[in-house]
Amino acid sequence: MATKTYGGVAVEVDDEGFLKKAAEWTPEVAKAIAAEVGIPTLTDKHWKVLEFARTDTASQGQSPGPRRIVASAGVSMKELYELFPKGPGKLVARVAGVPKPKACL
Amino acid sequence: MKHLLILGAGTAGTMVANRMVKKLPQKEWQVTVVDPDTTHLYQPGLLFLPFGNHEESELVRPRAATLDDRVEWKQRTVLEIDSQARSVVLDDGERLAYDLLVIASGSRIRPDLTEGLLGDAWQRSVFDFYTLDGAVKLRDALAKFRGGKLVINLVELPIKCPVAPLEFAFLADEFFVRQGIRDEVELTYVTPLDGAFTKPIASKRLGHLLHEKNVKVETEFAVGSVTDHELVSFDERRVPFDLLVTIPTHTGAAFVERSGLGNELAFIPTDKHSLAAKGLDNVFVVGDATDVPASKAGSVAHFEAETLIENLERAATGRALASTFDGHANCFVETGGGKALLIDFNYDVEPLPGKYPLPGLGPFSLLEESKLNHQGKLAFRWIYWNGLLPGKPIPVPAQMSLAGKEQPDAP
Ligand SMILES: Cc1cc2nc3c(=O)[nH]c(=O)nc-3n(C[C@H](O)[C@H](O)[C@H](O)COP(=O)(O)OP(=O)(O)OC[C@H]3O[C@@H](n4cnc5c(N)ncnc54)[C@H](O)[C@@H]3O)c2cc1C
Repeated sequence: MATKTYGGVAVEVDDEGFLKKAAEWTPEVAKAIAAEVGIPTLTDKHWKVLEFARTDTASQGQSPGPRRIVASAGVSMKELYELFPKGPGKLVARVAGVPKPKACL
Repeated sequence: MKHLLILGAGTAGTMVANRMVKKLPQKEWQVTVVDPDTTHLYQPGLLFLPFGNHEESELVRPRAATLDDRVEWKQRTVLEIDSQARSVVLDDGERLAYDLLVIASGSRIRPDLTEGLLGDAWQRSVFDFYTLDGAVKLRDALAKFRGGKLVINLVELPIKCPVAPLEFAFLADEFFVRQGIRDEVELTYVTPLDGAFTKPIASKRLGHLLHEKNVKVETEFAVGSVTDHELVSFDERRVPFDLLVTIPTHTGAAFVERSGLGNELAFIPTDKHSLAAKGLDNVFVVGDATDVPASKAGSVAHFEAETLIENLERAATGRALASTFDGHANCFVETGGGKALLIDFNYDVEPLPGKYPLPGLGPFSLLEESKLNHQGKLAFRWIYWNGLLPGKPIPVPAQMSLAGKEQPDAP
């Protein structure tokens, strides 16, 4: 298992760079991961999406897809793509420190 | 007389009705199901029908023949649940009171939710196979297809039987080989996820299948709109097609939305271990209608039913609910050429290799292609009509077991 340092914090990550433990996430970690995936600054809208993804994953047991994020986090689909370009589902999950969206196989 | 009311008599509703009518004291309880359809459709057969492997008549049975004589069937559509009044309103205005309510109204495809999907090309060059009508029309289109770009697109999750689109790709490869036109056909699988296989062990062991069968994969593609010849993603990538097989967005039933009970896709917030509807007394949800993070599959409905039946009995006698459902799913995955894989997993454990159901003996192999697995998938239709629906005991445990599975090396 790999460990990586984001924003001065050592966190456990899987092969694709997703946090293994949501509890190790901090806003500083999020900022550093965001920078690594090409999002230089996290705006209020980014934070809204990230917070929704974290609370929703904790209550639902799986990370939310784009439609669910749009329905609850106060951003449009278009905005979501601007905030997290190229595959928001996966990027949101990575920055929010929750597992990537998966199918059963 | 007390009333157990079940909304929807598909896989889950039928199974639960037939078993509960035997469990509850007949003098005290009336079991009623509501379903507008006069036939019961064996949905797993829809995967094979487009390739000419099943007749329509083999996949449907009259609903009355699938229900125990003691179950009352209202051939009506549910319009609304009034949980305050503990009653349900039907489309003829009748109100049915309940003491216990089970929502088993499944999921349905919603091509209307994607811009352009129901345009001029619908059922001309754009088809679904998740409905009987769609599968039959796709069969006719495939029989006439002489070559070109065939694109299989899953619009968004969750969908029923999440492996069916991939199985469709594998069976399409086999079909065109048999037709002698495989070289004329370009097969592309377009998914919103980051791969056709998304779980680490499965993708390591199965990734080669796509390569072997020459199926191209386009990933992280979220469909924004569809024209008569291409898919366009929200980030403006384009995938052209001559024939599109779409697996549209799924939602729950319209009455769920109307009653204000569902999430953004009209799936009902449900306790994932007890199957009680969150925030509602004496209401349970089973099968595809729930929002639990398990696959929408008949096998899941079957394993859920074990917990649900226990909990209906407990609720009927005022006892605390059991929290025993573990997210167990168990699916045969057709890979073409008369072979299939088997996967067995739950909320916490991803599909692992090994043998099933008997550790070391099988006879089925997990995460590995075999002819026997394919036989198992075909035999399931018989088990469905003759074992599962009538509520006979099926010799596989409801909870997932790690026995017989190879665990990945501990970290
Ligand atoms: C192509 C395909 C392949 C599949 N392959 C497999 C497989 O290999 N293995 C597997 O385990 N599963 C498979 N499935 C999934 C499986 O069929 C479903 O998960 C299962 O049928 C779910 O059961 P259910 O009772 O929740 O819903 P359903 O069986 O869909 O039943 C829902 C019922 O509710 C009724 N209903 C809806 N709205 C109302 C209303 N307003 N009022 C009254 N009644 C209503 C409907 O008429 C229907 O009869 C497949 C599905 C498809 C489409």
